[in-house]
Amino acid sequence: MTGTGPDEPVIEVRGLRKEFVVRVRAGRFRRTKRVVTAVDGIDLTVHRGEMVGYIGPNGAGKSTTLKMLTGVLTPSAGEVRVCGFTPVPQRTRLALRIGVVFGQRSQLWWDLPLRDSFDLLRHIYRVPGAEHAARLRRCRTLLDLDGFLDVPVRQLSLGQRMRGELTAALLHRPEVLFLDEPTIGLDVVSRQAVRSFLAELGRAGDTTLLLTTHDLADIERLCRRLVVIDHGGVVHDGSIEALHTRYGSRRLVVADLDEPLAETPVLAGAPLLRTEADGRRLVFACESATASTVVAGLAQLVALRDIAIVEPDIEDVVTRLYRAPAPVEPG
Amino acid sequence: MADRTYRLGVVPAYLALLRGQARSQASYRTSFVVDLVGNVGATVFDVLTVLVLFRVTRDLGGFDRTEAMVMVGLSSAAFATADLTVGNIERVRQYVRTGLLDAVLVRPLGALPQLLLMDLPVRKAARSLFGIGVLVTALALADVSWTPGRVALAVLAPLAGVVFFGSIFVATATLSFWWIDSGEVGSAFTYGGRDFTTYPMTVYSGWFRAVFAYGLGFGFVAYYPALALLGRADPLGLPAWVGWLAPGVALLAAAGAATAWRVGVRHYRSTGS
Repeated sequence: MTGTGPDEPVIEVRGLRKEFVVRVRAGRFRRTKRVVTAVDGIDLTVHRGEMVGYIGPNGAGKSTTLKMLTGVLTPSAGEVRVCGFTPVPQRTRLALRIGVVFGQRSQLWWDLPLRDSFDLLRHIYRVPGAEHAARLRRCRTLLDLDGFLDVPVRQLSLGQRMRGELTAALLHRPEVLFLDEPTIGLDVVSRQAVRSFLAELGRAGDTTLLLTTHDLADIERLCRRLVVIDHGGVVHDGSIEALHTRYGSRRLVVADLDEPLAETPVLAGAPLLRTEADGRRLVFACESATASTVVAGLAQLVALRDIAIVEPDIEDVVTRLYRAPAPVEPG
Repeated sequence: MADRTYRLGVVPAYLALLRGQARSQASYRTSFVVDLVGNVGATVFDVLTVLVLFRVTRDLGGFDRTEAMVMVGLSSAAFATADLTVGNIERVRQYVRTGLLDAVLVRPLGALPQLLLMDLPVRKAARSLFGIGVLVTALALADVSWTPGRVALAVLAPLAGVVFFGSIFVATATLSFWWIDSGEVGSAFTYGGRDFTTYPMTVYSGWFRAVFAYGLGFGFVAYYPALALLGRADPLGLPAWVGWLAPGVALLAAAGAATAWRVGVRHYRSTGS
């Protein structure tokens, strides 16, 4: 069987495990073996067109998972199907259907102009000339490649190269795009360019995207679904909102007043978190109340100079998630 | 997608890799020419070593100079050509150690042919041509009574030798999947094997000859085909048709190397990020 039907998941993972045997020095010549479990029983189902953020602290098993999904690493146990293929035994056929950007591993020819790499990749992925040209034209516009198409890859800046890598991964119209740390080390402008490009790709809706990152702004901008892993296992799988609900992060209403109040206002379902600026700024947390009822309630009680609603900070939530105790430091 | 269209498409894909490699090398033109010339040196010395030996002795392991040169020619033509086409596979160690193999494995092509074509050291071509030159000269000087069979063997034996040495290169390179700091262990079998096949098997003895010549099959690269070409009986007592086993031995070696490679790739561990 090849490929997937329209309703079948594009990625289906059951009980995925990866163990590495690590030899540790024990004395001058002796070494002892130790088994490190990098991925410890991951289940994951991703449907066509989904954009999934795959996050976790260093060593949580993100890259290892991605490498097992793309056929680079052989799983120790569990089942993997990507685009209807089993990645390792059907690696080359799967490779025609997926695009991969591993931040640290280039797909481009180091000594050749960027343009040449794209041309060579057209033959390697067997893309018809017209289709290739059309897709390249689109990437050139969206990623602004024209300024450095004729520059050898070794002379490109990291941001330019990453834009090149993204184009290289997309020229064969992959069904799934795997991105490992696509914005790592990029400056603000390049980071923004990469994000907008991926957002645009997501809007088109036919490419499934699985992305690992340390930059949570990537996730907030791009992914409705968030999978958090730690110590090789999934600790959260759902929307960003669900993550906030589950870990009790709340929107804040920040009210600036002309004069400090004599007595603190009491609002149902929104406790006062703190006062700042000598009592001229009040910070309420929206627990059971919605932000709009808090704002309306406040407006009746006091004279407001300014008011702001602060979105919950995903970074806070994730930091709290990561703080669970570690059994063994994974490799 | 039908499997057949997929296979047809592979050839232009590999050609593209080769083109990329050629263009990359052309971007460093001067060093390319220097390498091309400098590289012949090593093979020339191998041949000179044997010629020098014959200044102090009339025969080597029961063979005279022209006969020995047929073995030298077979050995160096086969080794230099294998080194040109497959030799750079020893660089897989760097790919494994640095995790660069990831980028190779996500492409829709076999990992082994990709690595070979991405690193084809065209500068080694001169060595291969020199080796073939030695073989042709030696065969012309030696007193070969040519039959259609011997003509075929004169073409097949060096090709089998290329396949055989290529298999040794691949098999030793796969060590790095299990043992990243395998160092120069592989060279004992590749460069060691070349040196071993340069001389008649009769100069070796005991377990060493048994293991290298018959156990690992190095005796079938130059020695036995040379006997068959020269029409000489084997001083070690094997029948005359043994020289014709060379292609079969080469195919066995290739099958073994391919299996080792496939198992090795599945043991690839990549790196941390």
